[in-house]
Amino acid sequence: MNQWKNFSKGFIRENAVFSLFLGLCPTLGVTTSAVNGLAMGLATTFVLVMSNLVVSLVKNLIPNKVRIPSFIVIIASFVTVVELVMKGYVPVLFDALGLFIPLIVVNCLVLGRAEAFASKNSTWSSLVDGMGMGLGFTMALTILGTVREILGSGAFFGMKMISGDAMLLFILPPGAFIALGYLILLANILKEKTT
Amino acid sequence: MAKKESTFLNMLLTLFLVTLLAAGLLGSVYSLTKEPIRLAELERKNEAIRMVVPEFDNEPSLDVVKKYVDGDTLYFYTARKDGDVVGIAVETFTNEGFSGKFKLMVGFKPDNTISDIAVISHAETPGLGDKMEQDKSEFSHQFRGKDPATFKLSVKKDRGDVDAITASTITSRAYCDAVQRAYDALMNLSTSDF
Repeated sequence: MNQWKNFSKGFIRENAVFSLFLGLCPTLGVTTSAVNGLAMGLATTFVLVMSNLVVSLVKNLIPNKVRIPSFIVIIASFVTVVELVMKGYVPVLFDALGLFIPLIVVNCLVLGRAEAFASKNSTWSSLVDGMGMGLGFTMALTILGTVREILGSGAFFGMKMISGDAMLLFILPPGAFIALGYLILLANILKEKTT
Repeated sequence: MAKKESTFLNMLLTLFLVTLLAAGLLGSVYSLTKEPIRLAELERKNEAIRMVVPEFDNEPSLDVVKKYVDGDTLYFYTARKDGDVVGIAVETFTNEGFSGKFKLMVGFKPDNTISDIAVISHAETPGLGDKMEQDKSEFSHQFRGKDPATFKLSVKKDRGDVDAITASTITSRAYCDAVQRAYDALMNLSTSDF
């Protein structure tokens, strides 16, 4: 398998947010600022890489009928590890993402990659797949967070660029849908051009 | 290696081993992070106390009185300097925020005027309700030096004395509710409790 292709598919062609539309709940929920998007993306990437790694290692040891519960337990364990470590060492970030960290467990992206990719492919491929998909997810969340932060609070990664209020709509939930819609449009144009 | 058959025994053993390993992993991570988490929470509490009461030289997070009010607990931290009480920080809450519950630390001077107020944790809308945080707008500054006995703790729309945050009346009302709860509870405590 071409590992570069395997890695790069997560960014545009099979991007979790822009093409597969997986994991939209945290995508819409946490991206009120670029830093939140980036942190959420990296936390998900860690869980994704670790779960892909473990699932691909144990795929032959797990009987078919109990594979989903086993995968969920594996994923939930790594999510809890992320949660505990964040709480202890970066409490500020934990405050911002708090509610959404446990929700990584039910992020369809993570289980989706475990089921559709890691349980059928070699360990090395699964690791690369996890990294590609995770970083693609991180990229999507960071872009969406940046757009919403610039339009909604007039700031870039926390640095205020204008004084006073900007278009508050973009910080609120409807703005997340509007911004995501336009970003998907752009991603589709990009995809059409490259193929 | 061939895929394992889905026999009853295989399934049982697999699930048992998977959950056992997961439990082991979580247990060890939990014991490793337990101390840092406790310290981080304590630090945040001390930080909030430092923000709302005058300078002190004792350890207010240990000098604490608890009181059960309206379904949750209020904490009273006494700040002392050279043995004299210089202020009382009250950890208070409201259930009426725009996104549910939030917590404030309200500092009172010995004459029962408000010294300062800080937000401990909240889930209010970024860009709107989060202006109640000290460094995000002037909103919380208007409470400094006010005595709730004469300064009516409700927004001007409700005939009170508080200037609400623009477009965040619900958050402002909840904020007043939390401060009022702290003040009422403080008034109900007898001085012998400290």
